[in-house]
Amino acid sequence: MTLALIFEQLLNGLQFGLMLFLMSAGLTLVFGVMGLINLAHGSLYMIGAFFCAVAAGATGNFWLGLAAGMAAAAAAGALIEMLVIRRLYDRDHLDQVLATFALILILSEATKMVFGPFPLYLNAPPILSGTVNLGLVDYPLYRLALIGFGLLVALGLWLLIARTRLGIRIRAGENDREMIAALGVNIRALYTVVFALGAALAGMAGALVGAVQAVQVGMGEPVLILAFVVIVIGGIGSIRGAMVGALLVGVIDTMGRFLLPRAFAVFLDASQASGIGAALASMLIYLLMALVLVLRPKGLFPLHA
Amino acid sequence: MRDTHREYALNTVLALGLLLVPLWALWADEPFTITMFTRIAILALAGLGLNLVLGLGGMVSFGHAVFFGLGGYCAGILAQHAFNGAPILGLPGTNQMLIIWPVAMLVSGLLAAVIGVLSLRTEGVFFIMITLAFAQMVYYFAISWPAYGGEDGLPIYVRNQFPGLNTMRPLHLFLICWGVLMLALGLFAMVRASRFGAALMAIRQNPDRVAAVGIEPFGIKLAAFILSGMITGLAGALMADLSRFTSPSMMAWTMSGELIIIIILGGTGRLFGPVAGAAILVGFEVTFGGLTEHWKLWLGLVLLGAVLFARGGLIGLIAGRERLG
Repeated sequence: MTLALIFEQLLNGLQFGLMLFLMSAGLTLVFGVMGLINLAHGSLYMIGAFFCAVAAGATGNFWLGLAAGMAAAAAAGALIEMLVIRRLYDRDHLDQVLATFALILILSEATKMVFGPFPLYLNAPPILSGTVNLGLVDYPLYRLALIGFGLLVALGLWLLIARTRLGIRIRAGENDREMIAALGVNIRALYTVVFALGAALAGMAGALVGAVQAVQVGMGEPVLILAFVVIVIGGIGSIRGAMVGALLVGVIDTMGRFLLPRAFAVFLDASQASGIGAALASMLIYLLMALVLVLRPKGLFPLHA
Repeated sequence: MRDTHREYALNTVLALGLLLVPLWALWADEPFTITMFTRIAILALAGLGLNLVLGLGGMVSFGHAVFFGLGGYCAGILAQHAFNGAPILGLPGTNQMLIIWPVAMLVSGLLAAVIGVLSLRTEGVFFIMITLAFAQMVYYFAISWPAYGGEDGLPIYVRNQFPGLNTMRPLHLFLICWGVLMLALGLFAMVRASRFGAALMAIRQNPDRVAAVGIEPFGIKLAAFILSGMITGLAGALMADLSRFTSPSMMAWTMSGELIIIIILGGTGRLFGPVAGAAILVGFEVTFGGLTEHWKLWLGLVLLGAVLFARGGLIGLIAGRERLG
């Protein structure tokens, strides 16, 4: 085990964390502004990946595919917000869970019907293929680009929320939705826009990760559950919390899977060590979540402190 | 809370129908129907466990499949040790259901105590997400722990035994499950009518008032959560014996979702709600699963319709809305 390997795993963790941030940002924004828990967020991730794979395959251009994936996810988000989600804002969380669980069933089966039951493959753009020398390691250029991309989007999102009129309305909506409606802001339209924005971010994450993993039905739900862990750690509704939580989860999960089996190998035989190490590593982030809950039941950055 | 006469009649129809159809199926030589009704009884039992916290206590646990799966693993692991003779924690394995059930309930109850202590510190959306996340933690542990099959699951080569009955015969196994379900329904009715049940339902409506009259909500909620986990764990042990197989998929998050669906479709907080819900879900799967491979799309649409337009579930539709005092 060398320094180079650890460095490489750290970068992988950072990349994973930033992709988780794209997922968690929309989820936490929708909860913060509308008070809605959306299980179907993972389906929007899947829709982004599928449309990207098909559009990129048809045009031969990854970037067109990425745009198509984001547009499709945003459109699907706006559509389900207007058809279903809108009726759920005044309902309790149980109804929201059930209705969005139903949406997962519908969207997963519909995706299967439209795109077929087999996984699709999406290639990273040629300009980002190969590796780049970072001194210690040769690192895949595409993964490095994902890190840059994630940071860029995070910056853009921060600017949007801190510096634009839409951002002011979003922040106002988090604080007092009756008041901003009374001030003449079209709250229905605002909700649709926020939901579509979150959907576009999820679709972007799905498309970007789709080039590293297979694009298949059900790809969204494991990421969705990790995004839940992220926003529970970060504090539900807080974008800053989502960023910190996503990076913590990404790095700790990746490093745990890398280091724990090796740590157990010091005093156990190889096969036993890899089994116990892997099993414990898969539990690490949940233990982190439990720890945060014990110390800070409302997360690291509670929205209404 | 008093059940209306219509609900009482409906409950009788459900309890007897659940018993009589498999008896008819034995006469008509339709073993598949018996197995289907055994599944309904087991899923109803699992849902009944969840109904205790979700229906009476208003705690939306989105991780109850973890107890279902854990109960299944208890049955599978004990049976495997009985099969190969290797001791577990210094004790021999067993293939006796009457020993396996208490073990499954004890282990599930212990896990429920740990998860409950941590997650009941929170409420609302936090509680939903945290129960889901803890269930997912155990799910991934089961997948990556190779000793008991890991991702492939653990087969039960010979069904576990029940004194006086032959569990390999579908009707005998059904009668065991039906009997356990009836006992659990009796327990649920007793709990609901007790002071403990009254406190639990009062906490759902207003925890601050309950605290103000001198009852600590946390203890009541935790006790309900543990009892609930034990019942769902028992259902898992039965399910493992029915399918003679236990695997991580029993504790997958979709299973937790199905348990909630069972309660909602049947009627939240109703005594026979989980029975009606399990019958609807299994009936839907068998009917539409044979017609189209995309039956889950239709399930999703029905569920969406039920949530948006038919609150109160099937029993609510037939017996009328419940008056909560």
